Amino acid sequence: MADAAAPSTGPARPHARTLRRDARLEQLALFGLASPALILLLAVLALPVGWLFYLSFIGNDGGFSLQHYERMVDSKSYARIFRTTFEVSLITTGLCILLGYPLAYLLSQLPKRMAALCLLAVLLPFWTSLLVRTYAWLVLLQRRGLINEWGMSLGLWSEPLALVHNLSGTLIGMVHIMLPFMILPLYGSMRAIPADLLNASANLGARPSETFRHVFLPLSMPGLFAGSLLVFVLCLGFYVTPAVLGGGKVIMVSMRIATDIELFVNWGAASALGVVLLVLTLGLLYGASRFLSLDRVLGGGSR
Amino acid sequence: MKKHSPLLAAALAAGLTAAGPAQAEDSLTIASWGGSYQEAQSKALFQPASAAMGVTVKELTYGGMSDVRLQVQTGAVSFDIVASGSGSAARAGAEGLLEPLDYSMIDVSDFYDGLAQEFCVGGDVFSTVYAWNTDTYGDEGPQSWADFWDVEKFPGKRAYRAKVAGALEPALMADGVPPEQVYEVLASEGGIERAIDKIRELKPHIAVWWSSGAQHAQLMKDGEVDMTTGWNGRFDNAAKDGAQVAYSYNQALFDMDCFAIPKGAPNKDLAMRFLAEISKPEYQANLPNYITYGPTNRAAYDLGKISDEVARMLPSHPDNVALQLPIDTEWYIQFEAEASAAYQDMLTE
Repeated sequence: MADAAAPSTGPARPHARTLRRDARLEQLALFGLASPALILLLAVLALPVGWLFYLSFIGNDGGFSLQHYERMVDSKSYARIFRTTFEVSLITTGLCILLGYPLAYLLSQLPKRMAALCLLAVLLPFWTSLLVRTYAWLVLLQRRGLINEWGMSLGLWSEPLALVHNLSGTLIGMVHIMLPFMILPLYGSMRAIPADLLNASANLGARPSETFRHVFLPLSMPGLFAGSLLVFVLCLGFYVTPAVLGGGKVIMVSMRIATDIELFVNWGAASALGVVLLVLTLGLLYGASRFLSLDRVLGGGSR
Repeated sequence: MKKHSPLLAAALAAGLTAAGPAQAEDSLTIASWGGSYQEAQSKALFQPASAAMGVTVKELTYGGMSDVRLQVQTGAVSFDIVASGSGSAARAGAEGLLEPLDYSMIDVSDFYDGLAQEFCVGGDVFSTVYAWNTDTYGDEGPQSWADFWDVEKFPGKRAYRAKVAGALEPALMADGVPPEQVYEVLASEGGIERAIDKIRELKPHIAVWWSSGAQHAQLMKDGEVDMTTGWNGRFDNAAKDGAQVAYSYNQALFDMDCFAIPKGAPNKDLAMRFLAEISKPEYQANLPNYITYGPTNRAAYDLGKISDEVARMLPSHPDNVALQLPIDTEWYIQFEAEASAAYQDMLTE
């Protein structure tokens, strides 16, 4: 037995070693291929974020200080601003799901050419300046704007509605701007669902609603997660739309960062706000990843 | 008006250094805020003075004192002269970002009081006023800050500034503090809180918190609000465009825009001489032809360049000056950060 085993393990060991060496070399080669991207990320992402982190601990006198964080704890307004920021982002994401999912579903069921045409309509806002779209909403929604004028001349309401310079105006503008970011990933993942699976489900006796719930919905989840994540994270840092449509009442973190840079003599106060927003966002994503597989959220393993 | 990209500005600055002192001595880089405001400055002040002195003036637009801070901190100062608000110039001066001005060269003997400061010499005079929609209130609009606060007598939506500068003084006057005691009260214990409490009282009627001059002019033009605070020149422009808007100088805040020289400016001495030139009445008298902001030099009114009709509209007309409260930059240097924090707290409530 021992004699029989020895010759078989003898040549196997060097073989395994070679395999391992090859694997290492391949890893190294892959790493080499990825290195330009890694170096770029380090230069444009890791270093500035690190610098931001460092600046946030520099006090007005130039030494190490926690004053910027202490200010955030002491002043109630910062907590309220972070709450507003997350609230607006969450509601915007929710509304985008409600509006975007049915639309993406419709698009995915259309013939390819029709769908392409409709997608064009979805993408059109992408090609218009953000500022122009935001100001267009201002023109539509204000007290003597088109919507109020028409609504009142049709007798639908008698007093002008407060549609803008508040939370509702901000949400309308943000949902409009964010919707493509929700629809595109959704549409992608819905298109990728094989029709055979739906046919099979129907063949096995499932009603359309059951097919949707048990087959289509779960398979479209990666797109939904990816879209929601995109919209939510983009909303967190939004500046222009809440600044123009919020009427100064919807104050988000980005706006406070701008105020702090103007007001305080160094970048530390603004950096600290950026750091806190980053940490809160990462914490939230980590929390979400414990319930959902992050791999799925990021669009992997769709089938 | 010339407008250059920052890259071009850097290239120009580099070119200046390379060209040597002889050529640099004859050229100045001036940064202002662009738009119709800078166009007025350029036509009334920069171009005539540049022709008279034989100096080449390069005009840029910039984003305010944070740009100057960046240049001074990195030791790459390219601006010789910057236009600024009085408060931010005073703070920047206290921070060490600006050169002190040499008033043995700049003749300010005919300037209004307070318009020639250590680091910044007045370039034009404007006023923070209350303006109202003449469709809503007719010509019998509010005549004091107390009226602005009186929502029974003057029902309607208000707009107010989203920043603390020029926001607390009206509140105190509405609360019954005489104009001459406003800064005394603001500097005393609880003074800032008193003003902010008064704004809290009006808050339910404030539909918009404005953050730029273009915005408050547009709000009046669109009839989005019935009453707002704001800068007088913007309302005149809006009225020219057909807006139903009027304003009053009674209890308004008399303020100025000014010119400063960044610390380490490449052509500091020439810049000082240029400021001396544009502070002369003959240039200051050109200003109202291009924008309804007033000259800082009283003698400008004696040259006959400004018609009486135009002069009466300007914030620096003696009759109008008497009605207004001058902004106290000393108070802003000392208290703005504290007041702003409290103001932002109130805004997020």
